[in-house]
Amino acid sequence: MIVSIASGKGGTGKTTVATSLALYLNGKGQNTVILDCDVEEPDSALFLKPVLNKPKTVDIPVPTVDFERCTYCGRCAEVCAYNAIAVAKKTVLVFPELCHGCGGCALFCPEGAISEVGRDIGVVEEGDASGIKFVQGQLKVGEPMAVPLIREVKRRGIKENKEIVIIDVPPGTSCPVIKSVEGSDFVILVTEPTPFGLNDLKLAVETVKKISIPFGVVINKDGIGDSGVDLYCELERIPILTRFPFSREIAVAYSKGIPIIDAGVEFRQKFEELYDTILSIIQGGL
Amino acid sequence: MRQIVIISGKGGTGKTIIAASFAALAKNGVAADCDVDAADLYLLLHPEIKERHKFKGLPKAEINQVKCTGCGRCLEVCRFGAVKKQVHDRSPLFLIDPLSCEGCKVCYYACPEDAITMTESVSGEWFISETKYGPMVHARLGIAEENSGKLVAIVRENARSVALERGLDFVIVDGPPGIGCPVIASLSGVDLALIVTEPTLSGIHDMERVIDVARHFGVKTVCLINKYDINLENSGNIEKWCERNKIPVLGRIPFDNSVSESVVKGIPIVEYMHNMVTQRIKEVWWEISEVKGE
Repeated sequence: MIVSIASGKGGTGKTTVATSLALYLNGKGQNTVILDCDVEEPDSALFLKPVLNKPKTVDIPVPTVDFERCTYCGRCAEVCAYNAIAVAKKTVLVFPELCHGCGGCALFCPEGAISEVGRDIGVVEEGDASGIKFVQGQLKVGEPMAVPLIREVKRRGIKENKEIVIIDVPPGTSCPVIKSVEGSDFVILVTEPTPFGLNDLKLAVETVKKISIPFGVVINKDGIGDSGVDLYCELERIPILTRFPFSREIAVAYSKGIPIIDAGVEFRQKFEELYDTILSIIQGGL
Repeated sequence: MRQIVIISGKGGTGKTIIAASFAALAKNGVAADCDVDAADLYLLLHPEIKERHKFKGLPKAEINQVKCTGCGRCLEVCRFGAVKKQVHDRSPLFLIDPLSCEGCKVCYYACPEDAITMTESVSGEWFISETKYGPMVHARLGIAEENSGKLVAIVRENARSVALERGLDFVIVDGPPGIGCPVIASLSGVDLALIVTEPTLSGIHDMERVIDVARHFGVKTVCLINKYDINLENSGNIEKWCERNKIPVLGRIPFDNSVSESVVKGIPIVEYMHNMVTQRIKEVWWEISEVKGE
């Protein structure tokens, strides 16, 4: 089973829920895997403190030109949809940061003058956090393209069907979110009860509906704002899976990297409740 | 005219609250919401839309099922897993999954039957608006779309031209979380990046990464610690780190419930009340707006 933890808005508590849910399941003796797909800012490791193996470089293919064969016909530039390759009088310029690695230029070069080399976009790290299998990606600084790295994290983390996979998803509603969430059995949308939280929750709901995965809401920092999120969920018949109150104590524990599940007995119960509700929704839907 | 971007790496540190306050304090600036995935600045600035423009992403592939002979060449050449094969009445049917298609056109060129067309679709909208505090440029990326960097670039470009046309002194950019494509588009060519961080381990980790990105692109960077009193030890560590890395820390904002209250009311906090939080935000703005561009 794969459960993704997402939210339109950043800083609502995705990592908090993901890491503590993984700890809860692991504590129950479940075979648990956590994937940190927020490759731009991976923070799960700060809470789970995994022992990591040597990082593996992830690269995407970019073109390199054999000038012995190139006739400067310009076909590569013509087929490139990203303006990542340009042909001038006696030279070919490649702009690797614009290249998506589609392979079109190499495929369509009539002279076979283009081959592909790997361009490093970041690393993927695997390890173990007291029995939880841990995989994270770290995008290289200055690198715009997160999606290929997210694909690699998922490829390494999702192997067989025996285990429960928890995915910590990046914020937002665009392609990195879809790539992270795709293939999940359930999505937990974490929000906070403020107008910002509500606005971004609505966007996140549209996103998850678009890929037709069952979902529910966790309200974090309950008590800080207004009742907008509650009213919206009631109106849209979206299940509220559980709530975590706002308290300064929780905020302080979080600041030190203490998982919320370890911050009090009542939180263990909340994760039990959360997990049981998810199971009943998935099974009820089948 | 100076362009100032507010970013943080980590989400939820208070970027939008600061950006809205700066827009209210500046009185001669353009606000630009570059978090096109989850734009919230409008909830505090209440823009009245004056101009509406469509944003077109890259055209995506579509297969003409009449022309398609089912040879499977498209599936072979697509590197993004966007071509899906189904079997109907024992014959193969090839379809494009628009959520996976990156618009590379390789299938379009490779198809021996010319059965693939590239269809342009509207993948968002962008707006030029008026607010109580001055003009605002903002956008809405369609759900599940790509190219947010391109849409950010459009918002930036238009905010800049509005500022130039009207002789305004500032463009205040509310940036997205993260360090990837839309963040790079929000950062490029700005005069100053203000990093809003918080004294949590995640806040620190993410701040360090986003500062590295700002440096990578040669942008002058300053820092602001929000909710600094949640963990004084971590706040001290942020200050030490910034000192070592020559990043000026311009302010420390205490945690206060009035911030959430102002969001619920939909008012930039500096307009909502006067307290320690708003005093500190104002001090940072005065410092930033008086520093002349280099």
